[in-house]
Amino acid sequence: MPQDLPSTPKSTKMKYWRKPLDADKVKVPHGELHIIVNRCKGCLFCVEYCPRDVLQMSEDFNVKGYHYPEVKEDDACVNCQLCELLCPEFAIFCVEKEEEGGGENES
Amino acid sequence: MTKETTVTEETQEQAHPMDELLRMDRMPHIWCPTCGLGTVVTALAMALDKSGISLDDVAVVSGIGCTGRVAGYIKVDSFHTTHGRAIPFATGLHLANPKLKVIVVSGDGDLIAIGGNHFIHAARRNMDITVICVNNFIYAMTGGQVAPTTPLTANASTMPYGNFEPPFNIPYLADSCGASYVARWSSLHVRRMTTAFAEALAAPGFSLVEVVTPCSTLYARRNRLGTGLDLLKFYHDNCEIEHGADTRSLDIDFQSTIKLGKFIERRRPTFLESLDDWYGQVFGDKYEPYAGATSE
Ligand SMILES: Cc1ncc(C[n+]2csc(CCOP(=O)(O)OP(=O)(O)O)c2C)c(N)n1
Ligand code: SF4
Ligand SMILES: [Mg+2]
Repeated sequence: MPQDLPSTPKSTKMKYWRKPLDADKVKVPHGELHIIVNRCKGCLFCVEYCPRDVLQMSEDFNVKGYHYPEVKEDDACVNCQLCELLCPEFAIFCVEKEEEGGGENES
Repeated sequence: MTKETTVTEETQEQAHPMDELLRMDRMPHIWCPTCGLGTVVTALAMALDKSGISLDDVAVVSGIGCTGRVAGYIKVDSFHTTHGRAIPFATGLHLANPKLKVIVVSGDGDLIAIGGNHFIHAARRNMDITVICVNNFIYAMTGGQVAPTTPLTANASTMPYGNFEPPFNIPYLADSCGASYVARWSSLHVRRMTTAFAEALAAPGFSLVEVVTPCSTLYARRNRLGTGLDLLKFYHDNCEIEHGADTRSLDIDFQSTIKLGKFIERRRPTFLESLDDWYGQVFGDKYEPYAGATSE
């Protein structure tokens, strides 16, 4: 998280603020998200703090009557697992996806 | 969105990694939407995993409160003690079996109000236990009464015009009583909190990690601060990391900067080290070092 780094902009979204020099050579991992819809209580922690903005809230309700996260951009998850760590309901997790190519990083 | 990535409990083909560390028969937990307590449980589980300690050698003890429920949810040997008595219970466990890693997870009210005396003495004796104090600034479970950690001017059900009692600064309290490891993180800082838990587990002696955590239903709502998510955003914008900060500077005022970091890491003889050392001096060769009270 960026708080310890100098002059972090005051924003409500955690953002990439530094582009690594070897960004074009680094193989970016990909994650596959698993969402256990009926555990979700709609806190939005995952949607808010996903550094890749992968998630959005559903229009549908789960059995508890909450909107839940769904994957907005299927390939964008980099398996950082921040959503999994923050989720207070143990309702979302990522597993690393086996990669064929890789190599480019657009951020 | 893709169908395969969204699963309902019944069709779930892969278990959540936390499921094996939780008592799933007690799920769903009682915690409110946007409460930060679930995040703290995940961080503790990750820290145990990272530490490589066998879960058979871990015991979790909680007092009473929303935070106190942790002992009931985590699937290791655990005990949900009476209000304020998590530390004395943990002390007993540790002394009976010094090989156990004894972890106390409890609330600010439980540990610092009714349990305050136990807290200062465990730190003074440098009892080799790890204490995770979830500070949500309030007695949450019982309806939002003022705690000795409620910031000045904050509203509580027993301080309807705002709190006028100065709160304890928990890291300073632990430091001045002699704790070996003292850190403070917020529940947003999951990775740092996990590292701090692992460090606290490894540190010999009394270690304390204070975790500033949102209570949406009582603290945030009473103080019109929005939801737990709004509190996380507040932490994001208003927490400053200052490792090694003078613990006297760590007061938390209502909705102002919260200093986080690792403040104290010192090596001081633990209770059992002092005991062995002293009785070794007094009784010489006749003394056998203390090995616990449990028969293997
Ligand atoms: C001896 C005793 N006194 C009072 C209570 C009522 N009581 C239950 S939980 C609690 C406060 C809990 O506050 P805290 O430890 O901060 O936990 P939180 O709910 O905020 O996580 C109190 C006063 C009790 N259970 N036992
Ligand atoms: S009352 Fe507060 S601390 Fe208790 S579960 Fe609800 S949000 Fe969490
Ligand atoms: Mg509390």
